[in-house]
Amino acid sequence: MHEPSSPPTGIAWRWALIGIVVVGTAAAFGYVGGWLAPHRLTPKRIVDQLQQNGGMHPGYRRNHAKGICVAGYFDSNGGAQAYSRAQVFAAGRTPVVGRLAIPGGNPYAPDSSAPIRSMGLRFTQPNGQQWRTGMNSMPVFLVSTPQAFYEQAQSSAPDPATGKPDPAKIKAFFAAHPESAPFLAWVKTAKPSASFATESYWSLDAFVFVDASGTRHAVRWRMVPVDAGAPVDGSKSDADYLSADLTQRLAKGPQRWKLMVTLANPGDPTNDATKAWPSDRKEIDAGTLVLDQATAQDSGPCRDINYDPLVLPDGIEASDDPLLPARSAAYADSYLRRTSEEAHLPGTTAAHPKPETKS
Amino acid sequence: MSAPSPMFALPARVLHWLMAILIVSMLFIGVGMVASVSETHDLLIRIHKPLGIAILVLAVIRIAVRLRYPPPPLPADLPALQKLAALASHWLLYILMLLMPLIGWAMLSAGGYPVMLSESLRLPPIFPVSPVAFAVLRHAHGFFALLLFLTFLAHMGAALYHGLIRRDGVLSSMAGRRLP
Ligand code: HEM
Ligand code: HEM
Repeated sequence: MHEPSSPPTGIAWRWALIGIVVVGTAAAFGYVGGWLAPHRLTPKRIVDQLQQNGGMHPGYRRNHAKGICVAGYFDSNGGAQAYSRAQVFAAGRTPVVGRLAIPGGNPYAPDSSAPIRSMGLRFTQPNGQQWRTGMNSMPVFLVSTPQAFYEQAQSSAPDPATGKPDPAKIKAFFAAHPESAPFLAWVKTAKPSASFATESYWSLDAFVFVDASGTRHAVRWRMVPVDAGAPVDGSKSDADYLSADLTQRLAKGPQRWKLMVTLANPGDPTNDATKAWPSDRKEIDAGTLVLDQATAQDSGPCRDINYDPLVLPDGIEASDDPLLPARSAAYADSYLRRTSEEAHLPGTTAAHPKPETKS
Repeated sequence: MSAPSPMFALPARVLHWLMAILIVSMLFIGVGMVASVSETHDLLIRIHKPLGIAILVLAVIRIAVRLRYPPPPLPADLPALQKLAALASHWLLYILMLLMPLIGWAMLSAGGYPVMLSESLRLPPIFPVSPVAFAVLRHAHGFFALLLFLTFLAHMGAALYHGLIRRDGVLSSMAGRRLP
């Protein structure tokens, strides 16, 4: 016999207690992990919806699937150094690997399918820290919360009967979301441009610059083209004019953008990307982005980069904008799907990019 | 009452309970953050990385302590199969508490991410940048996390079985005191 001199009392209760502790711990784990909380908005649900809308295209991003890799550098003029201690803002040059793209989950969509272009950039500082940013060519975003983003994606899912989004659902979404009004006003006048180079790209989300003394400054930024000429409407007959235009322009010389940083006044909303800040806010010219190379995305250096907006160097921090953590989480999920497809992991559809019709 | 059973050495007990709290928290933080799109996602990930590396450091110390102070023997009358299960699960726990943080660190390296433990503290990469390796390591991180959680559940169940049913001094040799 082992130690106890008398048999334990209440043996059934003791077994029950063990069972309750073990099952209770497992249940808590299942709840926190979302398996027992099916209604929680998770990165997986958002990306599933994007995937449903854009179609299944193994190896490609689940949003902004069609794009082209670019590379170059950022020449800082030191202008933003007083507001952020990030190394990238000290006067000098930082290498950049970027990606220009159009929104949507279909890598074969015609370039005229959306009036929006996007720019993802990864700056690699000498100290090894990185600044990654994904920007869109519009002055305001269409929603302010992840939940609304998800509902908007749901409302624009293709109808199984027609294969096209149901206009009534889209209308119903916007009727229920008055915060989208500034975006809708902008989109009425917006046209798909013939070139990536003529566009401005906005951070939309607010961030916080932290200066050398630790003082925090709420900011937004945008890339403004230098000498690219006025935007011209894109062709309707050619589906892939953007990459051709970029390659032609780069053959003549590098393309440049000014990085303009806008400082918030106290009280300007930092948690709502649907609201532009008043136009009289202080702006700083932080330097020039120079892009001098382009490569097809199937083989280019941007393919395996996740332009997660929360990969930030010391001196730049997230604001309280609720879109930021949702973007970070959803991009990570999308990144895992496409890298798993590249790796041909079991349970994934192997990545087999169609040859580009034009490059 | 029989003579008090020999105890685990004090450093072993302190490390055991400290790491138990940290590792179980890490498992909950991990599954919670990947299932969340709110501010919690960002907050938890900021805790996850430095805490994971702290666990790696503690695990190395702990294995040194384990080799320096051998644990008290299991009760002589414990069935051989249970002894084997105890031994195997303990080594599995040691392996996983080392492996999990190493995989986390390696997968971020393979994904080309800077491995940031704070706003400014960056660890060097421990794996070359490779999307294929990233995908494999990221899935391994999730798989071994689940294995770690299941091993922990079995471990906790077994400890309670020793403490409440067998009352053979195994639980108190780690707890430091006897249960009623
Ligand atoms: C909660 C809101 C949002 C969600 C869930 C979302 C989701 C996504 C996903 C899943 C991707 C693919 C990521 C990858 O595989 O690497 C993506 C790409 C992108 N998103 Fe968003 N997005 C959101 C808001 C925004 C906003 C506000 C902006 C602009 C400021 C933006 C700009 C971009 C850009 C530029 C890319 C392409 C990055 C690249 O070229 O790799 N997104 N988005
Ligand atoms: C004892 C140590 C650790 C434990 C128990 C642990 C546990 C977990 C768990 C349970 C998950 C969720 C997995 C899933 O559901 O797929 C996770 C994800 C993750 N872990 Fe760890 N982890 C540890 C150490 C680390 C370390 C040291 C790092 C990095 C330095 C790290 C980085 C990550 C990242 C980046 C994710 C995924 C985030 C995402 O995909 O959005 N972990 N971890």
